[in-house]
Amino acid sequence: MRKFTKGNDAVVIGALYAGCDVYFGYPITPASEIAEGAAELFPQLGKEYLQAECETASINMLYGAASGGKLAMTASSGPGISLMQEGISYMAGAQLPALIVNIMRAGPGLGNIGPEQGDYNQAVKGGGHGNYHAIVLAPASVQEMCDLTIKAFELAFKYRNPAMILADATLGQVKESLKLPEKESEKPDTTTWSVQGDAKTRRNLISSIYLDLELMEKHNEMLQAKYASMEKEAMSETYLIEDAELIITGYGTSARVARSAVDQLRKEGVKAGLFRPISLMPFPTRELNRVMLGKKVLVAEMSNGQYRDDVLLHLEREVRTPVRLVNRMGGILIQVEDVLKAARRMMKEVQ
Amino acid sequence: MAISVKKATGLYEKFERKDGTKTTTYCAGCGHGIIQKLIGEAMAELGIQDRTVFVSPVGCAAFCFYYFDCGNVAGPHGRASAVATGITRSLKDKVVIAYQGDGDMGAIGFNNAFQAANRGEHFAAFCVNNSLFAMTGGQMAPTTLPGQKTTTTPFGRDVANTGFPLHMCEVFAQLEAPVYIERVSVADTKRIMQAKKAVRKALEIQRDGKGYAFVEFLSPCPTNWRMDAIKSAEFVTNEMEKVFPLGCLRDRSAEPGLQRKPIEQKTLKELMGTTGHGIDPVPDPKFGEKRFKFSGFGGQGVLSLGLVVAEAAGNDGKYVSWLPSYGPEQRGGSASCSVVMSGQPVGSPTVDRPDVLVCMNQPALEKFISTVSQGGVLIYDKSLPVKPEARGDVRVIAFPAMKIAGDNGVPKAANTAFLGCMSALGLIGLPEEQVIEALAESFSSKPALVEKNKKVFEAAKAWVTSNIK
Ligand code: SF4
Repeated sequence: MRKFTKGNDAVVIGALYAGCDVYFGYPITPASEIAEGAAELFPQLGKEYLQAECETASINMLYGAASGGKLAMTASSGPGISLMQEGISYMAGAQLPALIVNIMRAGPGLGNIGPEQGDYNQAVKGGGHGNYHAIVLAPASVQEMCDLTIKAFELAFKYRNPAMILADATLGQVKESLKLPEKESEKPDTTTWSVQGDAKTRRNLISSIYLDLELMEKHNEMLQAKYASMEKEAMSETYLIEDAELIITGYGTSARVARSAVDQLRKEGVKAGLFRPISLMPFPTRELNRVMLGKKVLVAEMSNGQYRDDVLLHLEREVRTPVRLVNRMGGILIQVEDVLKAARRMMKEVQ
Repeated sequence: MAISVKKATGLYEKFERKDGTKTTTYCAGCGHGIIQKLIGEAMAELGIQDRTVFVSPVGCAAFCFYYFDCGNVAGPHGRASAVATGITRSLKDKVVIAYQGDGDMGAIGFNNAFQAANRGEHFAAFCVNNSLFAMTGGQMAPTTLPGQKTTTTPFGRDVANTGFPLHMCEVFAQLEAPVYIERVSVADTKRIMQAKKAVRKALEIQRDGKGYAFVEFLSPCPTNWRMDAIKSAEFVTNEMEKVFPLGCLRDRSAEPGLQRKPIEQKTLKELMGTTGHGIDPVPDPKFGEKRFKFSGFGGQGVLSLGLVVAEAAGNDGKYVSWLPSYGPEQRGGSASCSVVMSGQPVGSPTVDRPDVLVCMNQPALEKFISTVSQGGVLIYDKSLPVKPEARGDVRVIAFPAMKIAGDNGVPKAANTAFLGCMSALGLIGLPEEQVIEALAESFSSKPALVEKNKKVFEAAKAWVTSNIK
């Protein structure tokens, strides 16, 4: 069945089909509709919804629920996610799965409630203290707001690691046709590690403390190996790349704008194509290189080049691949026209 | 006064997680050992070890999981109450214990603890009050006594500067929800016996699913007080008790606990409803892409006008997106939305260059008039006191939407009039039945309005036929 649905609502729908047990959250524009949706739907399904007193409480409630092996989630936006970073680090340290949704707004600080992508580094590089990563998925449509929410839960439990949906105010507000999932996901078995208050899990322990320095190093090494093992989960999408001379790349809303720009450029006779990462952690390094090496690359984003820096970092250096940036910040959506201008200039100036 | 500590059966016999020793991490004369023995005993006596999850704090008691033979979760500093909330909310009917020190619970974690108490969360909160931050080397806590020297109050705590000792029991006793609140001491055998009763009661309340229980323990910290065990015990009784009087402040354990109002349960299928169309969008390169912008004041129905167009497109198997305006415009009372309809997956859901621009007020007209795409159409309400100057390549239509809506008895339906106008001009690019069906659907909660709006739609079409060649 299809429903004409807002991105924020699609996240809640996805969570329900994923089998999410509990929602803890604190309202913030432009993510509040997720809390509102959960408040309405969760209790009717016998699931738990609680509005926490603050974001710090929400994330620690998630920590508690995840300790019990439950599928738990929260959603917030920039400033709220900042407050949650300590808890996310603890969860990564204690290897707890949970879902955190970030409907990005413009920052830094209070900023405004317009769409931005300025939280890229915070989401992808860790954000809290210590050597860790969250799994980060970046939807670009209402359908993906739902589908990637389900995928994020799946990966979080597969790797026992917090996962994040990184979207922005536009994706939260846009309404598109959503095809509902066929069926609900199966519950993961967590009895080997979770603490469920029963005989079977009585000896299990959830903790991130390693006072012994060597053990702490081992724990870190194990986490790094785990992150490396996630590479096979990397996801990306391409559009019209076969004969492309110019690759425009962006994630989330920027990728949508870039896709429109690619269509327009093709009409103008420019061989343009699109590369869109769907998972930002793990980063789709191999695909990115396959698509981009030796081409002209234009990065479109709504932040100060944070994603561009990762493109540069992950590109193999032996082959010359010129990379340029077109961006908007401050809550202003990047326009197709912005991308077109930058693309035309790049085609002219870069040989 | 030496207190012999025989291990309680709720505690591990040997501490395997701590290199298999039989000794704890606590200093001689510390209250933690006694308090944890009391908890371990009570757990074993009540037979709840297989139902219990214990949340350890940060600080000297960070390693409770070395000792307690039950499910263990180590929480972040100050967050034991929030973590315990998460556990008790997702694992029903379990016994949850949150154990915190006074610095942890009274300072950084106070709001979490206070709010959990106020909600009447189902866990036992045990707070060990030794009047300072112990593990970090004896800094001031909210509970530090007036005049007491700590490493961060080297001249003694000056209440004019750092405030008064925080009375957690008394603060919590102002709240409605807690079932049980008591302050006890572990300074001597008589007091320990009272503490034991309090621990047991708090856990019975959990066993019986009654709600929040809080026990504050006055407890010696010989190491940071730089006193021997006996002097420390005397300090608890002679100095701390003066500021923190012992006693039970609340006991409603005999009353039935609060019960949540039942909510009618549904299946996910029922919740998702049966409305919604089964058609997948069908790729149609010939259709191209149509971009609409609808603008006006909030309340004029510009957002719903866009929605009707978008729903109609979806029902017709088109790819479509609808995006309300975001940012500063939202506050000034202006509202707008973008609709992109396409024969292939929609790229940018924003419309910077509309093919069709509908303006229901003057600010919108002034703001967007220059953005209409080449060969595009601008439709604005004829009642606006302006003559818009559009480029030569834009078709401009002054349409009396508000008048038509008013004349047909639904002044609020100017948006429907615009819809009729667009449909009559062939600007939507969809079969008219789809448009009318989507219009009717949008009033599914107010069926009385369906016919009235259809009338406005027809009147708008009629106006177009007789006024536009
Ligand atoms: S420092 Fe104080 S509170 Fe900590 S274990 Fe030693 S005596 Fe107990």
